Amino acid sequence: MVDKMLIKDKEIVVPGDKIASGMGFLPGRGTFRKNSDILAEKLGILNVDGNVMKIVSLSGVYLPKVNDRVIAKVIDVLMSGWRFDLNSAYSAVLSMKEATSEFIQKGADLTKYFQINDIVVCKITNVTSQKLIDVTMSGPGLRKLRGGRLIKVNTNKVPRIIGKEGSMVSMIKNATGCNIIVGQNGLVWIDGEPDKEVITVKAVKMVESEAHTAGLTDKVAAFLEKETGVKTAKVNKK
Amino acid sequence: MNNSLKQHLIKSLQKNIRYDGRKIDEFRDIKIETGVSHGAEGSARVKIGETEVLAGVKMAIEKPYPDTPEKGNLMVNAELLALSSPEFEPGPPGAKAIEIARVVDRGIRESKAIDFEKLCIEKGEKVWSVMIDVCTINDAGNLLDAAALAAITAIKNTKFPAVKDDVVDYKNKTAKGLPLSRWPITVTVYKIGDCFIVDPLSEEEDAYDARLIAAIADDNNVCAMQKGGVEPLSIEEIGKMLDIIQKIAPKLRKKL
Repeated sequence: MVDKMLIKDKEIVVPGDKIASGMGFLPGRGTFRKNSDILAEKLGILNVDGNVMKIVSLSGVYLPKVNDRVIAKVIDVLMSGWRFDLNSAYSAVLSMKEATSEFIQKGADLTKYFQINDIVVCKITNVTSQKLIDVTMSGPGLRKLRGGRLIKVNTNKVPRIIGKEGSMVSMIKNATGCNIIVGQNGLVWIDGEPDKEVITVKAVKMVESEAHTAGLTDKVAAFLEKETGVKTAKVNKK
Repeated sequence: MNNSLKQHLIKSLQKNIRYDGRKIDEFRDIKIETGVSHGAEGSARVKIGETEVLAGVKMAIEKPYPDTPEKGNLMVNAELLALSSPEFEPGPPGAKAIEIARVVDRGIRESKAIDFEKLCIEKGEKVWSVMIDVCTINDAGNLLDAAALAAITAIKNTKFPAVKDDVVDYKNKTAKGLPLSRWPITVTVYKIGDCFIVDPLSEEEDAYDARLIAAIADDNNVCAMQKGGVEPLSIEEIGKMLDIIQKIAPKLRKKL
């Protein structure tokens, strides 16, 4: 049997689409093998990497991955740690050891460190096959968030909001003077002056809704310049 | 919402800037469509920003209640569909759904919007029943005002079905509308910290201390009121809130 691609690279596929046939191809993220064919598992854009077929999804909920920096909410205080809501179907656990470098006495009140409804930035350290998730608070920039506000965005657009090496998010930061933290799980934390926050939210939503279009950076730069009156110095791209 | 996020929200409100850029006493855009359902005798779709609510009216001939033999019946039911918010679950109506239904019912009843005596066909035996169903399509805050607006628009849109030998023929509508005399407008004012706001977003609904719902009749007088939330309200505060409501209600009335 001859190996054959049935759908071109960068095209949109829907679940069940036959992408390629032949054992020469390998199924990657979002695809699976049926007999000798490779089929699409979800809606998205096909990405051909050598002989591996991958799908970059256009929508959907957040699935936790190791090393993702996420914004989480404390939903429970446990015997020896805290349970976090990750804006996902699965919750994570922060153990005492990963929470602080301080020594915590046996039977100490854990709410001294994190209380229910606190918002934190943390990093995922482990995801089991059963989707039990461990997170850590030790690392640069990982901390409890005070004040500010949270907005939800499509998790699949997060890379676009951050931009190449953080170019998009730093452009918005520079123009509005707001502090912005983008979690991989689709939560964005914004802290700044009230009027500037409104502009920031609009800019982030604009990136989210127009993520697929070309020349987005220029569009956002023009929008920010119009709204803030500050000429946005282009962030140098390497 | 935790306290530090709430304090941040209050700081923004004190500068008269809402999280979506509005002023504190400003409503989002309101869009009203009528006659959206063919099966109902009257229906309306109301959008306040991203919040969307459907209301439908069904009419039936029923026996009157024993204490009001000469008056028609009114029933309001609200359903918070699970598709409209991640917080809502399918199943029997919860406290929030019951509250919406009761507030809408009270606004219509106490403003004497419908002339119930004209709904009587045969005293003690046969009267028209008006049943209003409110369904939420999307909850982006302020379901209460949207539901009340949808309900009043739907009864305004209602036409009696044809009746043949005492049997209602739902396939044919007559040109006759409900005997309506007044139009209640329901506005809710929320108190967050020391700020009073109208038309809250979901975040603001999560953080409010107290709220006052009032139905306003055509002459801009209050005809029904309900207080909600955990914090108490002083007499001065209620006065201030009613001033805001009476200022907003005529603007909403123009949308009818």
